[in-house]
Amino acid sequence: MTTSEFEAQVRRQEQIVIIDMQGVINSDAESGLSAAYEQAEAASSQTIVLNFSQVDYINSTGIALIVGLLARARKSHKILAVFGLSDHYREIFNITRLADFMQIYQDEASLLAA
Amino acid sequence: MSAFFQRIRLFFGSKQTADAPDAINGAARSQEAGAEKAASMQAQVENLDIPPNDPLLAYLISTASAVEIDKLSMNSPTLERLRQAGVKISVPLVSQGELIGLLNLGNRLSEQEYSTDDRRLLNNLASQAAPALRVAQLAYQQQLQARERERLEQELRVARFIQQNLLPRELPQMPGWNIAAFWQPAREVSGDFYDFITMPDGRLAFLVADVTDKGVPASLVMATTRSLLRSNAEKYISPGKVLETTNNLLYPDIPEKMFVTCLYGVLDPQSGEIVLANAGHNLPYQHTKEGILERRVRGMPLGLMPGMVYNEITIKMNPGDTLLLTSDGLVEAHNAQREMFGFDRVKALVAEYKDGDMVQAILQAFQSFTGPDYVQEDDMTLVTLTFQPVQSGAGNPQPITFEVPSQPGNERQAAARVLAVLEHLHLDITRQKRLETAVAEATMNAMEHGNGYNPDLLVKITVIQEPDKLTIQVADQGSGAPIPTSVDPDLDAKLAGLQSPRGWGLFLIKNMVDELNTYHDPSGSTIELVVNL
Repeated sequence: MTTSEFEAQVRRQEQIVIIDMQGVINSDAESGLSAAYEQAEAASSQTIVLNFSQVDYINSTGIALIVGLLARARKSHKILAVFGLSDHYREIFNITRLADFMQIYQDEASLLAA
Repeated sequence: MSAFFQRIRLFFGSKQTADAPDAINGAARSQEAGAEKAASMQAQVENLDIPPNDPLLAYLISTASAVEIDKLSMNSPTLERLRQAGVKISVPLVSQGELIGLLNLGNRLSEQEYSTDDRRLLNNLASQAAPALRVAQLAYQQQLQARERERLEQELRVARFIQQNLLPRELPQMPGWNIAAFWQPAREVSGDFYDFITMPDGRLAFLVADVTDKGVPASLVMATTRSLLRSNAEKYISPGKVLETTNNLLYPDIPEKMFVTCLYGVLDPQSGEIVLANAGHNLPYQHTKEGILERRVRGMPLGLMPGMVYNEITIKMNPGDTLLLTSDGLVEAHNAQREMFGFDRVKALVAEYKDGDMVQAILQAFQSFTGPDYVQEDDMTLVTLTFQPVQSGAGNPQPITFEVPSQPGNERQAAARVLAVLEHLHLDITRQKRLETAVAEATMNAMEHGNGYNPDLLVKITVIQEPDKLTIQVADQGSGAPIPTSVDPDLDAKLAGLQSPRGWGLFLIKNMVDELNTYHDPSGSTIELVVNL
């Protein structure tokens, strides 16, 4: 597939910045996700949150992109959190140990309540 | 009088006109002069035909003996023409009351009148020549008719050969499906046809169509309709849209009072779903474990009216089901007692069907019904699609294999097809998702590392079902290095920038299935996924 099936929007919610993602996270999502992360980083928030609730599919390259974002966040001493993962991708975050480095919330409400 | 008879008559007449005076005189100079005159006369009466209303015709038939042209008095254009040509005596050749020729003679070379003996000789000659000429004419006519018949038969044989080449040369071979077809024209060529078109995504379009009438006119419309349907099948997935577009294109060109009925379907071989649309054709019957279902979908025949819209229905074929498509030639056939084979007999046969070849079962019943002296009344076509039953007990279903080109994105299509194949197992959502990820990752690995994303190279996926486990083999066509042994990625090293963030594929696969095996041989590498049930 030559066209990206991925979209990302960045919004500020109270003290955090949320990247709302939609579609498929694979190699085609790299530039869109990177641009969204740079925009989130520029928002001067300590915490950046990835919203997966509208994500249909993540492949191993998508996992690598998230690992890349986590590495960038850790380098700049920011906190990367996520919410909206399906049970399947929550399992994958556990298997890959991403869950050891990222706070995982069920949904946006539980994130904001935390 | 036919042109054929006319040609024979004049030939015979002119020949005699030239020769007879020569024989009488025998002088060289006179012979030359006589020959010139005879040739001139022959040219003038060449293609002479006597109209039916010319009184000379009735006179010659009634007289049936030598006639002195100059002594006749009647208003006859033919008589005038004979005079102008220099004909002195005409001897009618009459056989069975029909004038089949004229012996036309000019002046004798001696310039003397024809004697009574001459006329008697000519009459005797005519009375013997007429039946011989008649026999020769009939033999020649039959020879010409036989040649014409042979030419037409040869053309029809060629037409049938061409038409047979328009039908599928091979039936589609799809794992889990058995497809059969029978096509028998009533004449050399047919208005019935069937077709199968395999789509790039693995679905199968199929159709049975029947052009009104039979023989050559129907076969010509058949060829046009087939081309239009094929062309539109490549453009549109929707059966209704294919029929709609074909109808609009066919309508301006189809001869008046001709139309085409067509049942068109698209089968997803993995899920067993069939989308059907119908342009006035016989309804299909679905044989199921629970009984027979008549699948009702209707629409106007193709070529009758422009702007028609064709509804679609979606039916589900389960393992063991057979869908039967027929043309009129089956149901409208009659036996010696003029009873029609009819829909009820077809329905009963489909309902009683147990296993084996349904087409053969129907044909056997049909032959018993029509009897040995049956002359086929109409073109006949039968097509069946059977979803092979899932084996139970000792046997297992046949392995199901399909291929995908090495193009990004096809890994998800491959995973979806595997899940569709396994739909009947009703795996829980967790297992489905794990399998989806494992198959997609294995396919992506094969497309990327095995086939280098070369779209001409395929990834072959085989699903093997056993009572206690599933095995899915994903094979590439690459000749590169063997698939490396899966090493657990070190996330700490990746986050510290000491390793590439990539390299999760095999690790994910290993964690999604119960067993992961890899094989390599000169033809490529295979990843084998095993899921315990």
